[in-house]
Amino acid sequence: YFSHRYHNYVFGDRLLYHLPAKFHVKADIQQLLVSVVRDSECEMYPSISSDESYSLVVKEPVALLKANRVWGVLRGLETFSQLVYQDAYGTFTVNESTISDSPRFPHRGILIDTARHFLSVKSILRTLDAMAFNKFNVLHWHIVDDQSFPYESTTFPELSNKGSYSLSHVYTPNEVREVIEYARLRGIRVIPEFDSPGHTQSWGKGQEGLLTPCYRSYQPDASGPINPTLNTTYSFLYKLFKEISWVFPDRFIHLGGDEVEYDCWESNPNIQTFMKQKGFGTDFSKLESFYIQKLLNIISTLKKGSIVWQEVFDNNAKLQPGTVVQVWKEQNYAKELSSITAAGFPVIISAPWYLDRISYGQDWRLYYAVEPLNFSGTQEQKQLVIGGEACLWGEYVDATNLSPRLWPRASAIGERLWSRQDVRSLDDAYRRLTVHRCRMVRRGIAAEPLFTGYCDNVLK
Amino acid sequence: MASAVNTSECATRPSSSRHQAIADAHHPRLPKSLEARGRQEKGQGCVPESRVKSRTRSPFAGPATALWPWPQYIQTSDWHYTISPHSFQFKYHVRSAAQSGCSVLDEAFQRYRDLLFGSESWQRAALTDTLTINNEQCFLLSETVWGALRGLETFSQLVWRSPEGTFFINKTEIEDFPRFPHRGLLLDTSRHYLPLPSILDTLDAMAYNKFNVFHWHLVDDSSFPYESFAFPELTRKGSYNPATHIYTAQDVKEVIEYARLRGIRVLAEFDTPGHTLSWGQGVSGLLTPCYSGSQPSGTFGPVNPILNSTYEFMNTFFLEVSSVFPDFYLHLGGDEVDFACWKSNPDVQAFMKKKGFGNDFKQLESFYIQTLLDIVSAYGKGYVVWQEVFDNKVKVRPDTIIQVWREEVPVSYLKELALITEAGFRALLSAPWYLNRISYGPDWEDFYRVDPLSFEGSPEQKALVIGGEACMWGEYVDSTNLVPRLWPRAGAVAERLWSNKVVTDPDFAFKRLAHFRCELLRRGVQAQPLSVGYCEQEFEQI
Repeated sequence: YFSHRYHNYVFGDRLLYHLPAKFHVKADIQQLLVSVVRDSECEMYPSISSDESYSLVVKEPVALLKANRVWGVLRGLETFSQLVYQDAYGTFTVNESTISDSPRFPHRGILIDTARHFLSVKSILRTLDAMAFNKFNVLHWHIVDDQSFPYESTTFPELSNKGSYSLSHVYTPNEVREVIEYARLRGIRVIPEFDSPGHTQSWGKGQEGLLTPCYRSYQPDASGPINPTLNTTYSFLYKLFKEISWVFPDRFIHLGGDEVEYDCWESNPNIQTFMKQKGFGTDFSKLESFYIQKLLNIISTLKKGSIVWQEVFDNNAKLQPGTVVQVWKEQNYAKELSSITAAGFPVIISAPWYLDRISYGQDWRLYYAVEPLNFSGTQEQKQLVIGGEACLWGEYVDATNLSPRLWPRASAIGERLWSRQDVRSLDDAYRRLTVHRCRMVRRGIAAEPLFTGYCDNVLK
Repeated sequence: MASAVNTSECATRPSSSRHQAIADAHHPRLPKSLEARGRQEKGQGCVPESRVKSRTRSPFAGPATALWPWPQYIQTSDWHYTISPHSFQFKYHVRSAAQSGCSVLDEAFQRYRDLLFGSESWQRAALTDTLTINNEQCFLLSETVWGALRGLETFSQLVWRSPEGTFFINKTEIEDFPRFPHRGLLLDTSRHYLPLPSILDTLDAMAYNKFNVFHWHLVDDSSFPYESFAFPELTRKGSYNPATHIYTAQDVKEVIEYARLRGIRVLAEFDTPGHTLSWGQGVSGLLTPCYSGSQPSGTFGPVNPILNSTYEFMNTFFLEVSSVFPDFYLHLGGDEVDFACWKSNPDVQAFMKKKGFGNDFKQLESFYIQTLLDIVSAYGKGYVVWQEVFDNKVKVRPDTIIQVWREEVPVSYLKELALITEAGFRALLSAPWYLNRISYGPDWEDFYRVDPLSFEGSPEQKALVIGGEACMWGEYVDSTNLVPRLWPRAGAVAERLWSNKVVTDPDFAFKRLAHFRCELLRRGVQAQPLSVGYCEQEFEQI
């Protein structure tokens, strides 16, 4: 299937104008021979430990792509498709090359937010295509949040019935399956995020009694974060996450845990009583941790791994070893990386890579210049940095502007996470990224320009 | 709906003075028949002040009054009528000076019919003169076809649909005219080539927003995509790719006519003497050779102002440009002239000495510009220039229009407007409306908040500010990101230039602009979101 896809990328939709053909004495590369060395894992889902390495030798009469697993083949096919070009006569050409390649970091992700704005399945699939062109391998699907709940749950259908923007702004089980399989065929993991206990306003619409009633708000019927004091909360969470762990095949689920506001909890007398009973005093971070720990236990019971935002760690929740912490707050994030890795947890970096925060000019250079391991720590600590994610939060983003806002800015991060540490010349990156950008445009991705100039064929 | 136009001008193009007719004319009262029908008016008369003040009390009438830009006078109520796509027609009133055969309106009726009801072939009843059973009529009266176009657009924004799909329109009375006559949008097709469909789509969206000037910054340092018949080498050598990245004479004609049918003037800019590197590729000797010490360095600077050949070239080139672009005005640029290259060149220095300019290169710049302006006036054209021409004290004709683009230099842009109008020139404002300068968050609010006339000056001075332009410079923009970057942000500028000066409440604007954005989506404009939320019909949902 994927060789068909790559045949199209290499030969389809190419330059229209070229000089008349001349007779070439140069040899023809007749085929790209693909060899998978070990058990292919073809029917499996990619994981954090998937082997994405490959070697590519282009030397007449054939080109040979060798990899341990299909995941390496996918990466190698992408590279091969980038080696082929048309010379001045229009002839498809590839230079003799020897490449041996593997990623620096195993977790290279893009976060999309389908709660602030619904994203059509079409735009998600197109994003997966572009991710594959850039060797990204994780789609962090921030699927629900305060504003809307587009995920159609079979266990709790009212969640989307009441919580989505409208009944047409919903992801059906079939559509979710479609995204997961489309991703799998590109070697991309789909990690869903069901963020709680904060960021859950939309959950309360379809699940009565889930959210904390606020007592001091000027708004009647105001509600806050999920109510951590009720048993019903945890039986709901168990059922919901049981479904989620069955729907999403990846081993990891993102639980969120960021930006929990305490005023509503504080105002609620039942919560106050609970706090007293538990001996938390007035420290609501303890209540938050109490909640998160119970949720984390549910997830382990379901035999899944958890990823959480940094607040969960910062609030001293007791985390099981192997829990992944995602760093997003920009201020002093190097220090945060040191602390988290010193405590022995794997970490994902997002702090310097918030792509939703647009600004005038070539900001891709700033993203490219980030060095993920620039923090004080031992070798073992540095090995706990499993990668990073470019985040495209959706307050100002939907299908109308998603592609140009993501690409090619995210490409800079794609290279930073794949390539070696010493690959950092901005001039060389600019030279290659402009070509890569035009290539993405040719392949139907509306990647915006880096600077003044032109591509050989114009979009639309 | 009957449309009456007092003076047709159907076969003409919109011009800069049209506004006079609309603004000065006696505003016709809407026919009594509309007022007599229906019930006693419940809603308040809608002078903008009372509209804004009573906004929270009187019903917003939901989709019925989400208009953009907000009209000068509007009276509306909850009383509404159905519209049947099968039998609804746009018709010329018997007393209208414009009749069938007026292409501007014939085509507009077709366009607005599609926008309102979709291009499915609604089965139409046979055309008759007898009124239908409902016997309801909408009446649109304007001085000229250009007003009719604006009114058609407003009408199309008044129609709404119930969840069941029925078309409705509320009982409404509107009197409308623009606050400023020059409401422009600048596109830069030199830093990045924009394919013809992108330009035409932009003109469509401009019409939805009541923009009426397309400022086409055709060429610049980076590339020369304009196909010149007098100097074909300009295009052959100066374009990014002469086979694919050019605007042929046919393309240019198409843009001009497409714009005309939407009541949009095309203001072409050929920026000199700076911003001309691409010109030098095809016309050797046009640009000043820069020197490194006593030797030419191999690089080039602005147009060489000391050679006769330069002015012979400009003579021929602008003869062509004057005939290709029918608008009375041409934009001649004149911005950001870098003096370093001129200074380095010994021949230029000698010329400076001969002319007695000393070391003041502004005088050399003036010398060039003045000669150019004379050339262009001889062809019967007026001109717009960037503010440097005024700042550098070039002697220009009193009917020159000065465009203000610098936010702080040499003074704040409001002060600059004051200085320009004090000197008796007309001014255009662009400085706070550089749409290419993106930033995180709802920057449309900043564009909306601008008040072009909030400077110290007499009413006569303020009348010299004829409008403004939102600018989309092309360093980082091409057809992959043009549309979402332009809309709906440019809409904020559109309302600021059309609507009454008291229409400033950001909440009122947000409600309508958010709704208008969804309408733009429905019309196929890839307008980006203003903030969190959704539209019933998202972009490319299928």
